[in-house]
Amino acid sequence: MSDDEDDIILSELNDEELVEQMFDDLYDGLKEEIEEGVNILLERGWQPYDILTKALVGGMTIVGNDFRDGILFVPEVLLAANAMKGGMAILKPLLIETDAPRMGKMVIGTVKGDIHDIGKNLVSMMMEGAGFEVIDLGINNAVEAYLEAMESEKPDILGMSALLTTTMPYMKVVIDTMKEQGIRDDYIVLVGGAPLNEEFGKAIGADAYCRDAAVAVETAKQMVARKHNQGVAS
Amino acid sequence: MHAPSDAELTEHGMAATGTGRLLVLACGALAREILALIRVNGWDHVDLHCLPAILHNYPNKITGAVREAVIERRDGYEKVFVAYADCGTGGDLEKACAELGVEMIRGPHCYAFFEGLDVFTGRDEIYSFYLTDFLARQFDTFIWRGLKIDRHPELLPMYFGHYRTLVYLAQTDDPALTEKAQAAAEKLGLRFERRFTGYGELASALEAAV
Repeated sequence: MSDDEDDIILSELNDEELVEQMFDDLYDGLKEEIEEGVNILLERGWQPYDILTKALVGGMTIVGNDFRDGILFVPEVLLAANAMKGGMAILKPLLIETDAPRMGKMVIGTVKGDIHDIGKNLVSMMMEGAGFEVIDLGINNAVEAYLEAMESEKPDILGMSALLTTTMPYMKVVIDTMKEQGIRDDYIVLVGGAPLNEEFGKAIGADAYCRDAAVAVETAKQMVARKHNQGVAS
Repeated sequence: MHAPSDAELTEHGMAATGTGRLLVLACGALAREILALIRVNGWDHVDLHCLPAILHNYPNKITGAVREAVIERRDGYEKVFVAYADCGTGGDLEKACAELGVEMIRGPHCYAFFEGLDVFTGRDEIYSFYLTDFLARQFDTFIWRGLKIDRHPELLPMYFGHYRTLVYLAQTDDPALTEKAQAAAEKLGLRFERRFTGYGELASALEAAV
């Protein structure tokens, strides 16, 4: 976005300018600058949760929107994510110490036969950024791995990801097994991955197909809130 | 018909001559192989139009591009055959072809139809990354520069961290190309394996279509 980062001294910017600059630095995948920006905001007394949501997640949302609109592509998104990871590494221990809001818990993993995890990792990071606790099962997960994690972790959400046309049908195997065991409705099931679409999500019985990480976060927030409200009402 | 350079096939594809009864609408990465089959078999009634091979890196654009090209060109021919497999479109291309009333190649991608669908599926190699002749020649454009690993080596483990082997599915016996593929494996930090496939089910799919 901006070509003159070298001339900008982050510590001389006011808060608003600094957050704007961090949006630019995230967009450009500048990890060191993001780490510096996070540290400056901490020194100025910002709460870790505010830095996370206002500067980092805010910036990543712009990146996500431009990815969706075909302005940015996977390499740029990965570089931005890498920069955000740098900032989150500083904030994570502080978030645990402070009373950052907890939105809910998600178990997520790439399905059996699939080792692609770029999208899943982005979703995990953005969900953590939005205040969800994320249990990441990694790649190549058989139905048993999902079931075990749901049993032991008691998440609100199960997230499944696939990049391959050949592996995406496995999501249905997991959902069908959940139905057989009578636990399907205990969880919000979100699915995503490049070859998926809304129609596929519906056909396999997921609660929602999420086009990208930002949509996953918004969908998760809405569905968890609805689930909690239903819990209160009943 | 002569194949344009690999760079041209990658970025722009190849325009049909406008003659013939059957139009094969293909991925630019298959141009050389399809032209060879046309030549060897004497399929004088077959014309070839290729979309840019770089769409391989943007599979969500493939269905729209194929649909547009079929609609734009079909009136000039008796029949159109789409020389794409699913290619990461999640079944969208198959649906589009069914709507358009044109046939396409069975299978998930060219790796599968070069090796043979049943053999490829039977191997169940989830930790393998594949190159064909075209992709071996264009490795830098599609992978090394295309994914910006050249400028940002920190991206390499994010893309390839879980892969173990680079499998070069060779359509031809070309020692220089094998060397290139091997060098690509080394760059990516993967074990190397070469398998000669020839044209595999690309040949039988086209034979059935013509």
